[in-house]
Amino acid sequence: MKILVCISKTPDTTAKIAFTDNNTKFDTGGVQWIINPYDEWYCLVRAIELKEADASTVIHLVTIAGADAEPVIRKALALGGDEAIRVNADSTDSFYIASQISEIARQGGYDLVFTGKETIDYNGSSIGGMVAEFLDLPFVSHATKFELTGTNATITREIEGGEEVCEVTLPLVVSCQAGVAEQRIPNMRGIMAARTKPLKVVEPVTADSLTSYIRFELPPAKAGVKLVPADQPEELVRLLHEEAKAF
Amino acid sequence: MPVLIFIDTADGHVKKASLEAICYGVKIAEQTGTTAEAVVLGEVKDDLSSLGKYGLKKVHHANNASLNHTDAQLYTKVLAQAAKATGAKLIIFSNNLNGKAIAPGLSVCLKAGLVSGAVSLPDTGTGFIVKKTVFSGKASAHVSVKTEIKIIALNPNAYKIETKEGIAEVVSFTSPDVASKVNVIKTTKASGEVPLTEADIVVSGGRGLKGPENWGMLEDLAKTLHAALACSRPVADAHWRPHSEHVGQTGVTIAPNLYIAVGISGAIQHLAGVNHSKIIVVINKDPEAPFFKAADYGIVGDAFEVVPKFTDAVKKLKGVV
Repeated sequence: MKILVCISKTPDTTAKIAFTDNNTKFDTGGVQWIINPYDEWYCLVRAIELKEADASTVIHLVTIAGADAEPVIRKALALGGDEAIRVNADSTDSFYIASQISEIARQGGYDLVFTGKETIDYNGSSIGGMVAEFLDLPFVSHATKFELTGTNATITREIEGGEEVCEVTLPLVVSCQAGVAEQRIPNMRGIMAARTKPLKVVEPVTADSLTSYIRFELPPAKAGVKLVPADQPEELVRLLHEEAKAF
Repeated sequence: MPVLIFIDTADGHVKKASLEAICYGVKIAEQTGTTAEAVVLGEVKDDLSSLGKYGLKKVHHANNASLNHTDAQLYTKVLAQAAKATGAKLIIFSNNLNGKAIAPGLSVCLKAGLVSGAVSLPDTGTGFIVKKTVFSGKASAHVSVKTEIKIIALNPNAYKIETKEGIAEVVSFTSPDVASKVNVIKTTKASGEVPLTEADIVVSGGRGLKGPENWGMLEDLAKTLHAALACSRPVADAHWRPHSEHVGQTGVTIAPNLYIAVGISGAIQHLAGVNHSKIIVVINKDPEAPFFKAADYGIVGDAFEVVPKFTDAVKKLKGVV
């Protein structure tokens, strides 16, 4: 069993979002980088659990990023995983990134590709679906549970207003969200081991970018809160009805 | 070359998010001097010709049994077929769960640039630029699409539904009856509830409610307002409420007309998921709660006293009591 876990580096969830160069670039000054939470908490941890259940499982991590992503990849390796592959390219275009991941997936012959349901920076929710189509594999999105018996996966996925349980035979691409696994903290042994785990750097294959980010903007500031005394909730209802016309 | 809109259904009924996508696509068609057509897959209970009242001229319907479950791989192939047959150069999805599952595959299949999470009409002045949310709602970005065929996935609640006169022509088409490789064995619906991302009003609870046993008053308020329920991350992590209700940066991002936060302090990660709500109401006993800075209306007070009275006042207004 070979699993490929797609890892992206994202700003920490508490990072201040600001832009530079006339609002054309994300301001990375003072930003702490983390593994995209969906990639780490759910994909990577579930892959590690599968390896704990079957020691013959091999976990590879892949990221499409510059050398500045290496601390984040080492952290991922400290949690678990056998080796990491960094495709040396920087891009915000999903099609380009998915092209690179698909190439790695093709070469590695993986049974299972895990991606987070989205990254918390560009929120594309696109990589899993794109990689699946590049590889012509089934794609199950928004998984909340993932069980494996041999080469048969039983997956619970969120659907609008409910959930669906489905069975799929590997190979397969799955996008994961809360429920698939629980967050883990790397231990000292893992951190030491990660230092010597292989981190391969490969150059990107030629691929097109179909979109580009032109500029960014921050939401307008709120005018200020209108406070209503605690003993007059009916006044709040009146304001919401008559002034805000919210219901 | 029509604008082609993918219609998502649940239990055979057209989803509200798809009606928004239709109106959005119709508007772009008007602006660019073309017509809007739609494609729907699988069994449908609604009268599709009535979708003409949203401005659709034609609805293409493939009713293979294999399409009754939304399988990304299969849907991608059938939608690519429909896109090629109609010659559509712009395809619109709702950026809901199914849209997120299918649009990326179609993007690869047609080599069409995809913008997901769009929040406004494209700017076609110089090129084709679409505004979308990024950083889970903390900012927005203007994205340029460079390909001849383009795909937009429109965020739910980002575009207003408008009705006019008209009847759509319904055209059946057949797709190769390929079996899905994803075998659905069970579907569980949370019946009678309003889907969170589509809800006009969302009532949300945080740690300030002290425990899952205290959710009754929020359920009562949500029912009165025909609202969806949501919660903060600590509440979902403590299993007081299901993860599907967790709104915030690592949960669901929503943009309802009215968001009522009860006992939620308003951490930056939570605000990211809700700050596209049009009106935010905060009920919290801590006057220093950061959420008040992001709110439009607020009450500093004990939720256990304020919420039942608030609900009663809503019931009175609606004539329920």
